Amino acid sequence: MTTDPSTRAVQWVDATLAATLLAVDPASLHGVALRAPAGPARDMWVSQLRDLLPAGLAVHRLPLSITDDRLLGGLDLTATLRSGRRVVQSGLLASANRGLVIVPMAERLAPPTARQIAAVIDTGVVRTEREGLSLKTPSQFITVACDEGIGEDEQLCDALRDRLAFHLDLSAAGPNSLIEPEFDRNEVALARERLPLVEVSDAAIEALCAAALALGIRSPRAVMFAIAVARSSAALDASPTVRDTDLAAAGRLVLAPRATRLPAPAADQDEPDSAEDTADDGQDPTPPTPPEDQSDDSKPDSATLEDVLLNAVTAALPDDLLAKLDQAAKSNVRHGAAGNSGTTRPAALRGRPIGHRQGTPGSGHRLDIIATLRQAAPWQPMRRAERQRQKSSTSAPLIELRRDDMRIKRFAQSVSQTTVFVVDASGSAAFQRLGEAKGAVELLLADCYIRRDRVALIAFRGDKAELLLSPTRSLTRARRALASLPGGGGTPLAAGLTLASDVAETIARQDETAVIVLLTDGGANIASDGLPGRPRAEADALASAQRLKAAGLRSLLIDTATRPQPLAKRVAEAMNAMYITLPNADASSISTAARVLDDRQPHSNARAGRR
Amino acid sequence: MAVAYPFSAIVDQDEMKRALLIAAVDPSIGGVLIFGDRGTGKSTAVRALASLLPPMRVVKGCRFQCDPSGDRSQCLTLCKSDHAHNTSSTDMMPVPVVDLPLGATEDRIVGALDLERALTRGEKAFEPGLLARAHRGFLYIDEINLLEDHLVDLLLDVAASGENVVEREGLSIRHPARFVLVGSGNPEEGELRPQLLDRFGLAVDVKTPTEIASLMEVVRRRDAFERNPTGFVARWRPDDEKLRDTIVAARARLPDIELTDRALETATRLCMTLGSDGVRGELVLVRAARALAAFEGEVSINDSHLRRIAPSALRHRLRRNPLEGGSDARVERAIKEQFGS
Repeated sequence: MTTDPSTRAVQWVDATLAATLLAVDPASLHGVALRAPAGPARDMWVSQLRDLLPAGLAVHRLPLSITDDRLLGGLDLTATLRSGRRVVQSGLLASANRGLVIVPMAERLAPPTARQIAAVIDTGVVRTEREGLSLKTPSQFITVACDEGIGEDEQLCDALRDRLAFHLDLSAAGPNSLIEPEFDRNEVALARERLPLVEVSDAAIEALCAAALALGIRSPRAVMFAIAVARSSAALDASPTVRDTDLAAAGRLVLAPRATRLPAPAADQDEPDSAEDTADDGQDPTPPTPPEDQSDDSKPDSATLEDVLLNAVTAALPDDLLAKLDQAAKSNVRHGAAGNSGTTRPAALRGRPIGHRQGTPGSGHRLDIIATLRQAAPWQPMRRAERQRQKSSTSAPLIELRRDDMRIKRFAQSVSQTTVFVVDASGSAAFQRLGEAKGAVELLLADCYIRRDRVALIAFRGDKAELLLSPTRSLTRARRALASLPGGGGTPLAAGLTLASDVAETIARQDETAVIVLLTDGGANIASDGLPGRPRAEADALASAQRLKAAGLRSLLIDTATRPQPLAKRVAEAMNAMYITLPNADASSISTAARVLDDRQPHSNARAGRR
Repeated sequence: MAVAYPFSAIVDQDEMKRALLIAAVDPSIGGVLIFGDRGTGKSTAVRALASLLPPMRVVKGCRFQCDPSGDRSQCLTLCKSDHAHNTSSTDMMPVPVVDLPLGATEDRIVGALDLERALTRGEKAFEPGLLARAHRGFLYIDEINLLEDHLVDLLLDVAASGENVVEREGLSIRHPARFVLVGSGNPEEGELRPQLLDRFGLAVDVKTPTEIASLMEVVRRRDAFERNPTGFVARWRPDDEKLRDTIVAARARLPDIELTDRALETATRLCMTLGSDGVRGELVLVRAARALAAFEGEVSINDSHLRRIAPSALRHRLRRNPLEGGSDARVERAIKEQFGS
């Protein structure tokens, strides 16, 4: 990342402009995903925004650990019991109406919380269906999600990010290059009034749509944001129509950060070739072919507009966009895994508490005493009266608990396992049996899918191993990664095994178990340092295999060679893996092996419990 | 409450629209699952349905919006204490399209005892939940793939049995809860358990527009709607009304649509080719084709109906090999085999 002063100044110009535009039309633009470490730069941006918004605007900080009853509102039990009628305690999202919501450490925001915020942004209404309450409270607010994440793996969950018009990155912007906004609060307020009068021409809409498609953005929402930004920008200058500069600002601020590929050099009227291999496929950003002849009959001004726009966007694209896209395509750890509430298995006895639900303790569930008492409290007078009516002989207990009061704790803890596939995609393996290896992986994937396990895919070939798919439960992505698995080159078995233990270690840190499935012909010929040489390669492979064994990982080695190889067998022994050979392996024997692998795991009873 | 985007103004997405309309014509088809990218207007379409559907006749004052001409046994036992309940007069009300909000607790979904009445008067009174509110209408769950498993199980159970049972404080309440479950989600964020997939009648895939013309149209209409919601809705009202009349007519025609032996045989063969499990696929395929025929004013089911509805009715039932790339391709192939290209 470049951090020379001029770049920093440019970042501030855009950031300040974004703050101004957001202040003009908060109802359409919703907010900003602000990537920056906690520090003066971020604080200054927020205070800039506040200075542009109407005075006296309420600011709410949304703590990461916020519970649903605080977020959405709930029953104020104490007040309810005291007064004998329902007393509602309003939640943060409802109180934030017409205010500013700041989410620090937004990259760690629990996905369900992020989705709740997103739902309010979408509908402008907080819906509370909790604890006997059924409320609809209108609420519109500006969200500033402060993303303090480092690297692409760690960022605000997509569901919320998508709904915020601006994605700013101030992580390299020092506070010194701060730029004073060109407009002040009063001018912004005037611009807001002018908004409905600004005309957006068809040519402008067409240019924005074409630019979005050329950049691999297909979400109409992004284009809507771009239009709103262009309109605000025109309103600021009291222009009755959206001008080129407004479109350029929209392209730079809204489209550029969302680009999933580079536009074609001479982009006239880009037609993305097909739905499948454009936007989602960051790994291979093929520039679309501009159809030459059909652009002539379209309005000439929209083509020029689009040029202006694409130039603006291209200038704003980060230099490392390609690398980032590549990275993002591969590691969707946070979006894929953490975004899935199915990952957070309740009914375990460990992990982060995420609330409670009705149920009886035992069989892997723990009683939530407070929640149970809370549940029972309102009914006490009634139950006491009932007891007196029945003239029950036993003395009245202090608190009368019933079975339906029981609340059990839910924990955000996954007891699922992740199967890490380590596939030998080298030349020796590729030519003869890569197809069959893929078939075997598919069989195992089907098993994982049924068990709702996560899968990860490592391939090794040439001189290195690569994590093609970070742990995910998405079948779609697993299938795609497997299908696009390339083949050829040397066999860096050691590198593959080392990466496998690294990945397994990460998985273990997330309190999950990892299982390694290695598919190789055992013909290691590239050592750990990437240099060719069979003897060293073999020694390194065995050493790496022992590391897996030392980590206590359960594993399966499928020998893909036409004739079983001695080294493959030795590697299997070194990593304490089950060993089967592919030539003899049909669907059922692979499935059996997978099942044995599963049975060997110590968590098998927990697994049965969650079914 | 904000005005909903008009259903007829939704650009393209024919498969999704068709599935929702078919469910509106014949709710017994059993739920619609909509999977697709973010920002494709899944929620918009379902919410638009609410203002599109013809109003329904209910027993006046009934808390479960019971049908005066339907089975009233449950309604009579449950509602008899209600003063407003009047068995002879009826009312019209809009078909409920209940949006299940995130963070809803179980007691609000299934219903619970009325806390206020318990506290103030020491009375046990049942307070219906969202399932009751959705009776005879639609229950929509956005991001159903992220909903907790125990809630999904509960919803599917009620949807299948058409009845909600609540036991609380010694009261045992059973009330009718027949609704069309509509779930939507983004498959990149996690899949639905395979066991749950085939409990949905229809499943559709939605994609973001890839053609500039349709993206522009989406954006243009959306912008017009946001700038002047009431004006926009008024402009599309005639189309929505026409659609509504078609639904009403289709419902009336539904029982008379003929299922020829030939159509039945075609449906059976299609299901066999695809190896879809059980008879559910076939049943849904035939029913959906019948609803489609009714919607289009035909008298009997023909190949075109089967052909157009087969992907939605079958794509989520191909369980033999959950991994073969794109079940859509398989359905497509089977359809070609069956009908020729």
